[in-house]
Amino acid sequence: MSTMPSAIAPDLSGRQAPALGGFNLTALKLEVRRLTRNRRTVIISLVVPVFFFLLFGLNKSYDTLRDGHGNVAAFVMISLALYGAVVATTFGGAMVSIERAQGWSRQLRLTPLSPVAYIIMKIMTALVLGACSVAAVYITGLVTNKASMSVGLWIATGFSVWIGSLLFAAFGLFLGYLLPAENVMQLIGLILALLSFAGGLFIPVSQYAHTVQEIAKWTPLYGLNQLVHTPLLGNGVDWTWVVNVLAWLIIFSWGAVWRMRKDTARV
Amino acid sequence: MTITSADHGAWPGSGVAPPAVGLDGVSKNFGHVQAVRDVSLQIESGEIVAILGPNGAGKTSTIDIILGLSDPSHGHVSVYGMQPRQAITKGLISAVMQTGGLLRDLTVGETLEYTASLFARAQSPKEALNRAGIAEIADRRVGKCSGGEQQRLRFAMALISDPELLVLDEPTTGMDVEGRRNFWATIRKDAENGRTVLFATHYLEEADAYADRIILLRHGKVVADGTAAEIKSMAAGRTVRATLPGATEAMLRDVPGAESVEVRGETVYVHSNDSDAVARYLLTSTAARDLEITARGIEEAFLALTGDDAAEPNTGSTVGSSTGESS
Repeated sequence: MSTMPSAIAPDLSGRQAPALGGFNLTALKLEVRRLTRNRRTVIISLVVPVFFFLLFGLNKSYDTLRDGHGNVAAFVMISLALYGAVVATTFGGAMVSIERAQGWSRQLRLTPLSPVAYIIMKIMTALVLGACSVAAVYITGLVTNKASMSVGLWIATGFSVWIGSLLFAAFGLFLGYLLPAENVMQLIGLILALLSFAGGLFIPVSQYAHTVQEIAKWTPLYGLNQLVHTPLLGNGVDWTWVVNVLAWLIIFSWGAVWRMRKDTARV
Repeated sequence: MTITSADHGAWPGSGVAPPAVGLDGVSKNFGHVQAVRDVSLQIESGEIVAILGPNGAGKTSTIDIILGLSDPSHGHVSVYGMQPRQAITKGLISAVMQTGGLLRDLTVGETLEYTASLFARAQSPKEALNRAGIAEIADRRVGKCSGGEQQRLRFAMALISDPELLVLDEPTTGMDVEGRRNFWATIRKDAENGRTVLFATHYLEEADAYADRIILLRHGKVVADGTAAEIKSMAAGRTVRATLPGATEAMLRDVPGAESVEVRGETVYVHSNDSDAVARYLLTSTAARDLEITARGIEEAFLALTGDDAAEPNTGSTVGSSTGESS
């Protein structure tokens, strides 16, 4: 038997794993670009909340009607910013379903990108779009000169909404790993609209019948919606709102991890 | 059916280098189905190896294990002496998949930029575009590219980390003859620089024409492992037909040199590489008469080796070893 002419041991010393499990800003930039290329995502997360604010937030009486440390227009603005941010982060998370369907998740497993780095990148992408949603609604509120509260409250509520929308990045990841790509986006629009009504984002929960109110308090947008309005209303934090948010965060995160493990196991 | 690594010779001045791929008693079960059964093999650096077998022979399952996409149910797998996942994080292995694996809403250039960004060391996306001959479609969305363009993109993605080992799973599926020839010309040229290539195929001619070594799989088992010439000589064995009343298959299996046997009424068929030995035995030690020896065609023999009704492989049918005789 002849020896192989190319029997040269390869030099592996220069071969290294990337830092941070492959997480990097180039990939993050491209992820954000992808998300903004989806017209449906942009319309529902940026255009719709702004449109709703122009439609419902500019009621004449809202200018002068006081609501805590601001006016009612500010209250409505916060609600719609939350709606936009939640849609944005859910869509951002749910993009994994499209990636699974197109075999991209499998392709990524042939690269150094670690699953944790991938998930962090997905969450950050979702948060970038979430920030855009908040900014779009807040800028509209500023430009129309209707919403009124102190500068500190603009920042505090905007930031609360943005950070709070993280809960729905987890929700989006869960749905993205749970549902097939063909209908996940349509379904999310519907689910979020229902949750927004239940959470009191469009109509205050106090206006529902008693039974509906009791049920609404258990839904995932209720606690978050109450919390993000707290700085404006100055009415203090009810511990049940915090429990609501934390419980749903645990459920969504656990669900996402569970489905993701199942998806990548391939036994 | 193990490959003796001694045949690959000593590594000049380098001591013992870990093989590019080492499978040791690897099995993979999906429920009750055994996709891979006790496969042991080594692939050395610089070899171009084909895993050949019909659909369902366990080619993709074996490749998934080598790539770390699935864990073996039993046995051990190593790539350059590491766990597959570790070899991937270091950019040592890349793979080109049959279909999918691309994001339709990214452009060709962005896809390469994305891929390159994930490695500690990679070619520039621009360089990769030029090398793959797809620079002119860099700004095109992947979803609008033709199948051939997408395949070239996959290939460029796989090479962007300059991997030591390139794994291709049925890489030419759906290509025409011309495309197939061009594809393999590129691969061969690339392999001249010492890259190890492992590809799965169900085309005998493809394995024959482009691999230094062929590993033949059937029902998850290695039924043959050797150079194309060795496999061909083995696959191209002869059939000895004779009339032998009262013969049973069990009895004929002990005939020296017999690989597979078949009894139809009073007629027996013995497939063998050593038809002389079979004929001698049948004529001298049994009551066989009307003996006839016919050569099998390669295709027919390949089917005989890998088909459902082929005899269970035994150790004797494995060609001793392989050396990467580069052409």
